[in-house]
Amino acid sequence: MTAIDTTRPGSDAANKDGPSRLTAHGVHAWFGNHHVLADVNLDMTPLEVTALIGPSGCGKSTFLRLLNRMHELVPSATLAGHIELDEVDIYRGDLSATEVRRRIGMVFQKPNPFPAMSIAQNVLAGAKLGGIKLADRDATVERALTRAGLWNEVKNRLSMNGGALSGGQQQRLCIARALAIQPEVLLMDEPCSALDPTSTRRVEETIGEICSEVTVVIVTHNMQQAFRVSQQCAFFLATEGEPGHIVESGPTEKMFSEPDDQRTLDYVNGRFG
Amino acid sequence: MGGVALAALSLVWLVYEQLTGLSGGLGFFLCWFATFLIMYWIVQRQRHDKMAARDRLVTVMIGGLAAVIFAALAVIIGYVIFRGYSTLRLHFFTVDQRHVGPLSPATAGGGLAAIVGSLEQVGLALLISVPLGVGTAVFLSEVKGKLGRPVRIFVEAMNGIPSILAAIFIYQIWLIEAHNQVSGFAVAMALSISMMPTVARTCEVVLRLVPGGLREGSLALGGLEWRMVRNVVLPTARTGIITAIVLGMARVVGEAAPALIDGGESNTVNWNPFHGPQDDLPYFVYRLVREPIKAENLRAWTGAMVLVGIVLVLFIVARMFSGTWHPLGWGRGLIDRSRRSRSPLIETDATSNGGSS
Repeated sequence: MTAIDTTRPGSDAANKDGPSRLTAHGVHAWFGNHHVLADVNLDMTPLEVTALIGPSGCGKSTFLRLLNRMHELVPSATLAGHIELDEVDIYRGDLSATEVRRRIGMVFQKPNPFPAMSIAQNVLAGAKLGGIKLADRDATVERALTRAGLWNEVKNRLSMNGGALSGGQQQRLCIARALAIQPEVLLMDEPCSALDPTSTRRVEETIGEICSEVTVVIVTHNMQQAFRVSQQCAFFLATEGEPGHIVESGPTEKMFSEPDDQRTLDYVNGRFG
Repeated sequence: MGGVALAALSLVWLVYEQLTGLSGGLGFFLCWFATFLIMYWIVQRQRHDKMAARDRLVTVMIGGLAAVIFAALAVIIGYVIFRGYSTLRLHFFTVDQRHVGPLSPATAGGGLAAIVGSLEQVGLALLISVPLGVGTAVFLSEVKGKLGRPVRIFVEAMNGIPSILAAIFIYQIWLIEAHNQVSGFAVAMALSISMMPTVARTCEVVLRLVPGGLREGSLALGGLEWRMVRNVVLPTARTGIITAIVLGMARVVGEAAPALIDGGESNTVNWNPFHGPQDDLPYFVYRLVREPIKAENLRAWTGAMVLVGIVLVLFIVARMFSGTWHPLGWGRGLIDRSRRSRSPLIETDATSNGGSS
């Protein structure tokens, strides 16, 4: 059992030798014989938000799920290439899938708090499921909920069931749950697509706050959202019968104003997709 | 609708009882229902278009069938209570049949031996089949190995084994080959053979209802699979699992064959299920209802009524147990429909439509 010291002052996220860097080199992915992703190279800048944009079915979510080994849960799924966290290959290195997923957390499209657990238990679920001993459970709960911007709304009803919260609150609870085990990277798969505009704004604010401590990679269909929350951006595209690939990636400002590729410009201006 | 029903009744009575020489309650009822449907259709067709009339006709048909089923259940339970109630005394639960002779009144003695036997045997069968059944369900829904298919087919086949077959199997293996005496435990083993597949199949269906998003969420947190099953999947399906266990109990509590073959006959109370013959309620009813003595037949009805009562209490206890585990009880069950809208997935849709956080 590993112990996490939650009382450590300052920011966490493995700050001992700088923030961790997540990189992908020549990544391919298949479902059975179906080639869905080809030759993806991307460097996710530490402590910044990287947005993955592109039309439906271009492999953004598949790429995201490759990054914390959720891809391999699909029986027919295979992959090629290298994905490295701090220069250690997450598939071939010494890291177990469990360890990779603990260091690279994930928030899903649909809020999925555990219905049989209270709000506090939900936040502590990662430690419980991973068999990790926590030094101070109350401090962990408060810290994670504060970082997810939910503490003030729920501090008086921590023993209440998570399912009783609104959709936006549930999604922030899921963010708190992911942050509680202090990941170095947080992957978000269209975290606002099931939420109303107000909740979406709250989640975006939360992303803005947590990216000072954790690297964020977010998949979004919403161009304005990508522009609002991200510093880096990667545009995915899959043409008919071809696997998805990255057309262009770079700073969000540049991608939205003067991209190198005409297709990127057309997409961010809503001319297709 | 009432008018149409009455008109149909009058018409059928006239034709069935007066004009033709037919008789018989069931035939009369079926003819009445069919005539009623035809007349109802004609009346509705005059007032509404074809779709609306058809909609009403089907509604009435389904309502009628539901009423028939409900009436059958009510008649069975009502008749059992009617026959058993008059001879039920409080001491039926506290004394056995040891001082009862052929000339004793129907209220003499009681069914303690049978009640103790039923409770202990079903309890032991629970201890055997719940871990096996839930374990099998977890294997089928969570492990998904190559063995999944054969195991499922095997469990389904086992589900169809008649209780008498389970009883003679235990009789041959445990009593004859292994030289054991008849006992409550032997009965419990035979009951487990019927109970385990029921629990396993129902439980598997319930576990499959647990949203895949919760499993993904657990694994994405770096969770280990067995901890995911223990801390997320099983607690989420708790209400359904309890329902599965109750269904398993209800399936076996009325089985007479195991006690008949493996349990021996005992009119005196035997608290030890591992030694000596032990009675149970279904066998008690079976034995006494065949006696040529009126008082014994009445005792059998009392026993049947107590058996129905025990099943009822089991259901109520299981419902209470599953409903009030958590003081607030929100979003807990997957089977319990009254709570279903509280599940996180549906809650999300509701709020995204509602538009505020």
